[in-house]
Amino acid sequence: MFTVILYVIAFGLLLLSFIKDRKKTKMALKKAWKSFENIMPQFLSILIIIGIMLAVLSPSTISMLIGKQSGWWGTLTAAIIGSITLIPGFVAFPLAAALLENGAGIMQIAVFISTLMMVGMVTIPVEIRYFGKKATIARNALAFGFSFIVAVVIGVML
Amino acid sequence: MMRSYLKRYRFFLVLLAVNILVAFLYPEIGRKSMDITWDNMLEMLSVIPPIFILLGLLDVWVQKDIMIKLMGEKSGFIGIAIALFMGSAAAGPLYAAFPVAGILLKKGSKLSNVLIFIGAWSTTKIPMLLFEATAMGWQFMAARFLINIPGIFLIAFMTEKLLNSTDRDLIYKNALELE
Repeated sequence: MFTVILYVIAFGLLLLSFIKDRKKTKMALKKAWKSFENIMPQFLSILIIIGIMLAVLSPSTISMLIGKQSGWWGTLTAAIIGSITLIPGFVAFPLAAALLENGAGIMQIAVFISTLMMVGMVTIPVEIRYFGKKATIARNALAFGFSFIVAVVIGVML
Repeated sequence: MMRSYLKRYRFFLVLLAVNILVAFLYPEIGRKSMDITWDNMLEMLSVIPPIFILLGLLDVWVQKDIMIKLMGEKSGFIGIAIALFMGSAAAGPLYAAFPVAGILLKKGSKLSNVLIFIGAWSTTKIPMLLFEATAMGWQFMAARFLINIPGIFLIAFMTEKLLNSTDRDLIYKNALELE
């Protein structure tokens, strides 16, 4: 649904651009393709790493590691799993809900979701290309730490 | 030509070989991983084209001085609001946000605004929030959202503070060369 809106906006603006200035539009498409092709090798590598990782880490393995009884170690484990895996949201939330039903703790799940979204170990090489080493490491480390705050707040509130 | 392609894609090719090897040794895991990779690839290919088209249009049509006014050093509240909105309205995985961030930097956006954009993209995307609420319940989503908003600012400002002016100049210089 949202993707459809994005397509409509993109093509609408593209058409507008084409009407206003053909040459510029051609240049825009060229630039779009160039930046896409530029990042392609890294995108493809990321996809394969995610695939292998998710195939090895089954939901039952995850559930065993981050169950309700797992305490702070479980929370830390969840944070680490969340940081290194890269699961698209529409898979991650049902997975998280299923894990909760199968005995995972709410704090562990909160930290898992938070690190999953904010910290990206696998994508660090891509991030470094745009932000440099220092900013990338700082952002990821801060996000990692912040995820524990999220976990504690959610643990207390819910 | 061929050589440079091989060089750029060599890491990917090694990973592909590893995956094929795994598929021979452990057919079940290999199959599963290929299925997941394929699904993710389709997802990526469906979300990414409009993002890059918008990127190209932004690069060609939006002049640097306009971008500086909207999101630059002196953009203040407006810059922050635009960064938050752009990130939240996005679709697609976080790694698709980095090329967009690159263009924003190239056009002279303030670094902390670009980091806010990354933060919003990573965690307060509107379509994801709706999805989160259906799967995890409204309370979970709302609690996470409320704590994440200050968190995004905190992470962005602290990251910027941790960098000295040389680091920052390097990031902007790099953005100009990235294309």
